[in-house]
Amino acid sequence: MSAIAHESYAADTRPAGSRQPTGFGMVLYRAKKSFGSPTPYLMMFGIGLWLFAYWLLCEALSLPRFEKIPGPITILTDWLSASPNQGTSIYTPDYYQHIYVSCRRILVAFLLATALGVPLGLLMGWSRKVKEYTFPLFETLRPIPIMAWVPLAILMFAGYETPVIFLATLASFFATTLNTMLGVQSIDESYFRAAGCLGSRKRDVFWHVVVPGAMPYIFTGLQISIGVAWFSLVAAEMVSGDYGLGYLILSSYVNSVTVPMVIGMLTLGFVGWFSSAIVRFIGDRLMQWHVKALAMQGR
Amino acid sequence: MTIGAVPSSVDHATGKSRIELKNVSRGFGEEWAREEVVQNLSFEIKPGDLTCIVGPSGCGKSTIVNLVAGYDAPESGEILLNGQKITGPGKDRMVVFQETALMPWQTTFDNVAFGPKLRGDGARADIDREAHRLLEKVGLGDFKRKFPSQLSGGMQRRAELARALINKPLLLIMDEPFRGLDAMSRPLMQEFFLRLFEENRRTNLFVTSEIEEAIFLADRLVILSNRPAQVRAIIEIPLPRPREFHMMNSPEVFEIKREALAILHDEAMKSFGGSVGAGARQMDVMEARP
Repeated sequence: MSAIAHESYAADTRPAGSRQPTGFGMVLYRAKKSFGSPTPYLMMFGIGLWLFAYWLLCEALSLPRFEKIPGPITILTDWLSASPNQGTSIYTPDYYQHIYVSCRRILVAFLLATALGVPLGLLMGWSRKVKEYTFPLFETLRPIPIMAWVPLAILMFAGYETPVIFLATLASFFATTLNTMLGVQSIDESYFRAAGCLGSRKRDVFWHVVVPGAMPYIFTGLQISIGVAWFSLVAAEMVSGDYGLGYLILSSYVNSVTVPMVIGMLTLGFVGWFSSAIVRFIGDRLMQWHVKALAMQGR
Repeated sequence: MTIGAVPSSVDHATGKSRIELKNVSRGFGEEWAREEVVQNLSFEIKPGDLTCIVGPSGCGKSTIVNLVAGYDAPESGEILLNGQKITGPGKDRMVVFQETALMPWQTTFDNVAFGPKLRGDGARADIDREAHRLLEKVGLGDFKRKFPSQLSGGMQRRAELARALINKPLLLIMDEPFRGLDAMSRPLMQEFFLRLFEENRRTNLFVTSEIEEAIFLADRLVILSNRPAQVRAIIEIPLPRPREFHMMNSPEVFEIKREALAILHDEAMKSFGGSVGAGARQMDVMEARP
């Protein structure tokens, strides 16, 4: 009798089929839940309101100073047209060439900056000696705006590609290194002590405390770094380049075709957003512990 | 099992070891702003005993923990573990910290198995088995795959106990381990910890600022003076084991508590340096106003 009562108490009382959905099922579940709340509708309304104001200023009223700026309808029709008036749309191969070239440069610059910045930041945060050797120089170079490096980059590197990549790498490198270093410094002393009394050698402390402990800061740094990589890339492409979204924007301006200019800007926005979403996704995948800790705080 | 029945042999399996602090001193700060935190401190922890260090807050309890754990070295005097001088941290002395020091990036299971795996103490399968056994023992069998942030405060302390015990330390050092637990889980943790201790009586140095907790758990109380820390009194707790909560209502416990509190109050007053008296006088003046 008591055994039965105990069993029924221990049994799962949740209704059948209420197991956590996986993969695509989870995506559907989230979408369903999200469209049941006012958030997505408010978001659409907000975007609609901005577009409406933009349309009103540039196209409906054509107020002074706005009449030269292409309105949303002009841009959208050209962007989606098979034969665009101003030469750039989703049907022109050049458009994809610009996107491809910029993305390739970002990928190289970001990977290079990460490969250099993360190890250097870890060492700077972990070893006082390394920090003392490098930090003063690092802090002197860091505030120099990327645009100020442009002439030097063109002098140092031949061709179109390398100076542009150098500039994007440089900006990205500073953000990654600094955040990684701060990440190591943010690790609570008690983890080092715990690792010490559990018999860790220096190498173990590095791999089991320093690296995982700095991970949340590293990924914050990487998100910032991919953002600054984009804007320094565009700046560099405007000065030195033959292709790329920055080049598209500036050359359109020079040729007085304003629609491709805005298309270039919007494309940059979307591609940039997508690239930081990828970084965020990888970070969340690598740091389940951090995602769960934040979830426990209701974030 | 009586208190006297302690085997003379000392090894990791029984964890019964003797700790001696001999004239230990440690101060901090430059010559012109020197503060002695521990001065000529001497006491002994007997094998298989649970010794509680009690003292007014800020008296240097954490410094003593750091010295015994080996994170810090005394400026003079020495600390002996089974006759051997302590020179640094090691797996023979496990510390359970005030705040949880479980690695947040490891699951509960990985945290427990971390030490032995790192040192390569035995086969991985054996380590895993022992980790599973200890986690079941501390009641975390269903939480092995959770991260520390997903555990409650009491669970975190139990996980930390498991992480310490898997290393079979000669001495378990507990630095106010139940501080910050709520009023419901604190007595539960005390009782749970007592059962764990009474099972094999691994020598234990327990630091607390709660006198009742100290009496309930300890074989001996070492009451410290105000800074610089020195031994003010040593009180043996004659309660039998296993300890039960109702024992706390006996007249001898009241007598011990009264005695200990009198000493602690005396020492705590010293840390105010007479300013309390001045404050009280000030209050009198204010109340006397019409």
